[in-house]
Amino acid sequence: MFDDLTEKLGDVFRRLRGYGRLSEKDVRAAMREIRIALLEADVNYRVVKDFIDSVQSEAVGERVTKSVSPGYQVIKIVHDELVSLLGGEGERIGFAASPPTVIMLVGLQGCGKTTLAAKLAHRLKKAGKRPLLVACDTRRPAAREQLAIVADQVPAPVFFGDGTDAVEVAASAVKGAREQGRDLLILDTGGRLHIDDELMDELARMKDAVHPTEICLVADGMTGQDAVQVAKEFDDRLGIDGVILTKLDGDARGGAALSIRAVTGRPIKFVGVGEKVGDLEEFIPERMASRILGLGDVVSLVEKAEAVIDQKEAERLEAKLRKEEFTLDDFLDQLRQMRRIAPLDQVLQMVPGVDRKMLKSAVVDEAALDRFEAIVCSMTREERRRPEILDGSRRKRIAKGSGTTLHDVNNVVKQFMMARKLMKDVTTGKLKVPGLPEFRR
Amino acid sequence: MVLSVLGKFKGSLRRTREQLKSGLERVLRGRARIDDDLFEELGEILISADVGVAASERILDRVKSRVRSNGVDDPGEIPRLLQEEIEEILEAASRRLTAPEKRPPGERPRWERPEAGEGADEVPVTEASMAAKEGTGGPRVMMVVGVNGTGKTTTIGKLAKRYVDEGQRVLVAACDTYRAAAAEQLQIWADRAGVEMVGSHSGADPASVAYDALSSTVARGGDVLLIDTAGRLHTRTPLMEELRKMKRVLARLHPGAPHDTLLVLDATTGQNGLSQCRLFHEALDLTGIVLAKLDGTARGGIVIAAAEELGIPVRYVGTGETIADIAEFDPRSFAAALFSD
Ligand SMILES: Nc1nc2c(ncn2[C@@H]2O[C@H](COP(=O)(O)OP(=O)(O)O)[C@@H](O)[C@H]2O)c(=O)[nH]1
Ligand SMILES: Nc1nc2c(ncn2[C@@H]2O[C@H](COP(=O)(O)OP(=O)(O)O)[C@@H](O)[C@H]2O)c(=O)[nH]1
Ligand SMILES: [Mg+2]
Ligand SMILES: [Mg+2]
Repeated sequence: MFDDLTEKLGDVFRRLRGYGRLSEKDVRAAMREIRIALLEADVNYRVVKDFIDSVQSEAVGERVTKSVSPGYQVIKIVHDELVSLLGGEGERIGFAASPPTVIMLVGLQGCGKTTLAAKLAHRLKKAGKRPLLVACDTRRPAAREQLAIVADQVPAPVFFGDGTDAVEVAASAVKGAREQGRDLLILDTGGRLHIDDELMDELARMKDAVHPTEICLVADGMTGQDAVQVAKEFDDRLGIDGVILTKLDGDARGGAALSIRAVTGRPIKFVGVGEKVGDLEEFIPERMASRILGLGDVVSLVEKAEAVIDQKEAERLEAKLRKEEFTLDDFLDQLRQMRRIAPLDQVLQMVPGVDRKMLKSAVVDEAALDRFEAIVCSMTREERRRPEILDGSRRKRIAKGSGTTLHDVNNVVKQFMMARKLMKDVTTGKLKVPGLPEFRR
Repeated sequence: MVLSVLGKFKGSLRRTREQLKSGLERVLRGRARIDDDLFEELGEILISADVGVAASERILDRVKSRVRSNGVDDPGEIPRLLQEEIEEILEAASRRLTAPEKRPPGERPRWERPEAGEGADEVPVTEASMAAKEGTGGPRVMMVVGVNGTGKTTTIGKLAKRYVDEGQRVLVAACDTYRAAAAEQLQIWADRAGVEMVGSHSGADPASVAYDALSSTVARGGDVLLIDTAGRLHTRTPLMEELRKMKRVLARLHPGAPHDTLLVLDATTGQNGLSQCRLFHEALDLTGIVLAKLDGTARGGIVIAAAEELGIPVRYVGTGETIADIAEFDPRSFAAALFSD
């Protein structure tokens, strides 16, 4: 889940530890990596440029806090900005004040309109609507047969009309809707290129004929740089009300979402995540932003880490370490804090001073952590404070109490002693650990 | 003939070229020196054509080193160098795989006999498979694959017509047994091309439909079998495995089949196209790409990345929705159409 970008930013900020502010130079270096990440996600290069400019000025001068490494802090800033650009959550389909609501689906060839017509019908039917699918694709071979089949999966009726003139079909469907007791019409139009004047004109005429409640641009989630041109042209010609991205069930990063949003300003309402009628999800800006940056849910982890590991606590611990007052209690405390954010190896990567490359090979064994916790919990207060007093009989008692073996207890004690010594040496500067070059300030 | 194809091809690429050309003009205007700034702007032009960051950087690095080693100092030379570089990448990929054999109309094909296919699927030995093994004849089998909605079925219709016009006996197999009305759609294209379709009911096992289709093609003395498959995202492992199985079944029945495995890419696809190429190639050993929907404003630069990184050549381009809207891909004219007037 931690990919390229976090790794690269880790490299960029390797020398920068928990103090000071982000300098222009640091931020500029980081932004180069962000730029590449966005371009690789297919965000349009002009959109990327504008975005970087605005985020860069925002990030310069931000305080570097102790709790989370600077690389993650920058990611958080970028991520937040992306989220706000991608727009509000839970944008819904608007319904007409006086039914029927008419939704017109438009887009390029093969982007997923017909499939989406059925998906929308399925979802809105569940919300109590009585949908009618309208076959306005009069050109594609077997378009009507396809719509009939997917409509059956909803199930919902289909209006075919005479099947020759798309505008005519739409108009008569709307006219007859009320008598048929239908309060929601979904117009499945034929795919067309945004530069095809004749076919774009057909859509414009359809719009004039039926006054749709919403015109939704359906766009393939794998679209590249061209997304801006397509979206702009459809918006200029028709005035779209919303966007639906399809085929996001694969590994596409979906940068088109940002491009389209940037040029049209229209909300993204749903995302298609498969070929079945149920494969439609609400659009969640946070998730999309993480996806575009290729981050999984790093950002929510950062937030949790910030909330859990506070700065004062970190300073108190460091002082304790230096004075060799670090006890098994503290160790356990730390462990619990981190496990609340879980999984541990992901959290460790965000802690300032911990080298990602070192962690990559060190797989954290969660079962061992459970044992560790059980063992420490079976100790007395005194034993936790001064593990030196743990003789053979105490250890046997602890093993029994914690349901582990004597061997396990011995290991925990040994590891703690070693860790304490190591940490002390590092904090006081006696030892330089390759992975922790500047732990000591 | 060649001229008209080229002209059409150029026409469909006009927008691309205009964009790139005007981009180049903008970049070169008033520029006296070749510097980093120039290359940065050239990179932008490539990226806006969906070539991708990594491939663009590598291409420009090579142009840079040619600039250095040839002592070029006129920025006006750069477009030619860039064009040559792209052309070379595309050509190198197609050199790897020789183009399909051209035969005079009516003559029987003489496909060479490669090794038998891998895998352990049991395929009964039939007259057809015996004939294919013993003789040097048998149909050329082409599998057409890709993600959803790229233009596979349409491409099959166009290719069928093309091969029929060359005088070959063509059959098409409806192995998309998943998508709603897939067979109905292919039947319409088969009728347009005037070829026979072998199909089955929706939900049938695609590999067994392919098997039946190949058997009938052999029995009927067909020259070419075009196999339509269901769209699938390259990340869906079980669905990719289904295609591998189909490939094995075909090879068992007719050693050497499928002779071609073509990936249809939508020209509007961005960097995900590279992931598509990578995973489909890994699973199926692609012999080429069909770049569909090049009649829009998208530039399809991802095929340059595919050729550069994976060595997969482009074989055809789709330039519209009618049966004649297909052209053979020619690296030279692709590169030329991008950069020349
Ligand atoms: N994987 C996936 N495939 C989809 C999705 N939406 C549509 N498709 C597929 O994309 C192809 C084209 O869809 P279709 O609805 O016919 O597109 P249209 O030409 O715009 O009407 C079909 O194979 C659909 O099954 C999606 O969200 N995910
Ligand atoms: N403009 C244009 N549209 C195309 C081209 N090739 C296919 N299409 C359209 O793209 C859509 C999907 O094509 P189809 O063959 O069904 O794709 P498949 O799902 O991969 O089989 C249809 O509406 C086709 O008419 C092309 O080269 N140019
Ligand atoms: Mg459709
Ligand atoms: Mg198809």
